[in-house]
Amino acid sequence: MSVLVYTESWEGKFRKSSYEAVSYASEAAKILETNVVAVSLEEVENNELSKLFRYGASKVISVPSINKGDSKSASQIFTDLSSDAQLFIFSNTITAKMIAPRLSVKIGASCITNVIELISSKDIVVRRKSFSSKAIELVKSNTEKTILSISPNSFKIIENIMKEDIETYEFSGNGDVTFNGQDISKGKISISEADIVVSAGRGLKGPENWGMIEDLADVLGAATACSKPVSDIGWRPHSEHVGQTGKLVTANLYIAIGISGAIQHLAGVNSSKVMVVINTDPEAPFFKSADYGIVGDAFDVVPKLIQEIKNLSL
Amino acid sequence: MNILVCISSVPDTTSKINFTNGNSEFDKNGIQFVINPYDEFGLTKAMILKEENSGKVTVITVGKKDVEPVIRKSLAIGADEALRIDMDPKDSFSVAKAISKYIKENDFDIIIAGRESTDYNGGNVPAMISEIVGLPFVNACIGLELVDGKAKLVREIDGGKENVECNIPFIIGGQKGLVEESDLRIPNMRGIMQSRSKPLNVIDYNEEDKHTSTIEFSKPKSRAECKLIDSENVSDLLELLQNEAKVL
Repeated sequence: MSVLVYTESWEGKFRKSSYEAVSYASEAAKILETNVVAVSLEEVENNELSKLFRYGASKVISVPSINKGDSKSASQIFTDLSSDAQLFIFSNTITAKMIAPRLSVKIGASCITNVIELISSKDIVVRRKSFSSKAIELVKSNTEKTILSISPNSFKIIENIMKEDIETYEFSGNGDVTFNGQDISKGKISISEADIVVSAGRGLKGPENWGMIEDLADVLGAATACSKPVSDIGWRPHSEHVGQTGKLVTANLYIAIGISGAIQHLAGVNSSKVMVVINTDPEAPFFKSADYGIVGDAFDVVPKLIQEIKNLSL
Repeated sequence: MNILVCISSVPDTTSKINFTNGNSEFDKNGIQFVINPYDEFGLTKAMILKEENSGKVTVITVGKKDVEPVIRKSLAIGADEALRIDMDPKDSFSVAKAISKYIKENDFDIIIAGRESTDYNGGNVPAMISEIVGLPFVNACIGLELVDGKAKLVREIDGGKENVECNIPFIIGGQKGLVEESDLRIPNMRGIMQSRSKPLNVIDYNEEDKHTSTIEFSKPKSRAECKLIDSENVSDLLELLQNEAKVL
């Protein structure tokens, strides 16, 4: 018996959510009195794979010859490698959400997503976010095997150094989709797993004014995001739209600038730990949901904020 | 072109979320139900595909009689036929299994579901259906074109998009981008009148093999009242974020 964890890589590198998943798996393995096997898909170099041993993996199985978006093959790989695994840990990424439910059907495991706490005993009972973070559901797995998909930023990375043991697995099955290239904006911080997200709305008055938003994000090491109206009118790309029907934000700090705080927007961002609002209108609904607020003009407040952060040299 | 659109009936986003029966069930009392926002993009896309290729759009939902007004609305938007699998949905697997049974017994070219429903946010159903039925699957789908008997799909990936191709039939988990918000169809008077004479068939279903059980729901801790900082003293904000909230 073991805990199997999928450590997702992007362009050959692991990100924070992969380490959160290994840490979670490692803490869960202590409770189940077993060990952690990490599975990596796509080409990842050994020195990168080695990093997984810092957080409690006792074995890493690397499967280089696959595209992780091929959910048919990916779920088959996990099935092949799962013989003695009882618990499977994924992080809640777009890709994992394709693989985990297919795996669950293949092996008859329950699949619980948006998980926000560690299991507490061998009976798998966990809390998960539900109703767009307006509720927390305590849910029990009824199956022998269980797949948990962990919400980003809800579980700490915990160091637990293990001996290295890397194995390569060659997979030769056929997928059900073929790939015709990607279109990725390089060097951008991912909204879904960013620590800090700086987001702006129609209060910015036009796309030409986003320079200061990007500068603020830069000095904070944050991802940039926007409200729905802003992406609908084309000031910013759709990929930056956060809120219901857009991306979900689970950051430690969410800064909303010139966003009124419509309920559809809040539904996608209110699982952030701390929310700051900057808005000229003191009646903006966002002030009712935020932790900290500044009533003021973004064009005045944001440059001052950038300067102050530079002075602090965070 | 035979298209199936999976529709979930969810509480309107502005709803107050409360629970009943020892906090183990969502309290539907006084709640306005709507088509799941993610499904709306798929339904409009299905209408457009039907217009371009001719064919039929069927909508399917899993639920008791109380979900009928929502599925009736999708008929008013333009779907040709509606089906309700008569079962109280318990978890994603039970829903996926019920819909899959119907898909296996019928012949569809394209199956469109929403990436997730805005109530339980499981996000499992479309992928589970693909596995049960054995169809190619693309999730977070933001583009769909049919070219030379194949599907050219675009899926959202972290930080960008990926172009994917697969055979027909296939299933997608759709979202905004499949069509734009401004293209979403809404029922007009003619559609509403026509929807009354369109078939809404009920399928009996008695299997219940759920994988998970809800023990209870609770509400997250509400946030303390917003602390206001003077716009002349933005350094106070940073001080609070560093030392009080400890997020910097």
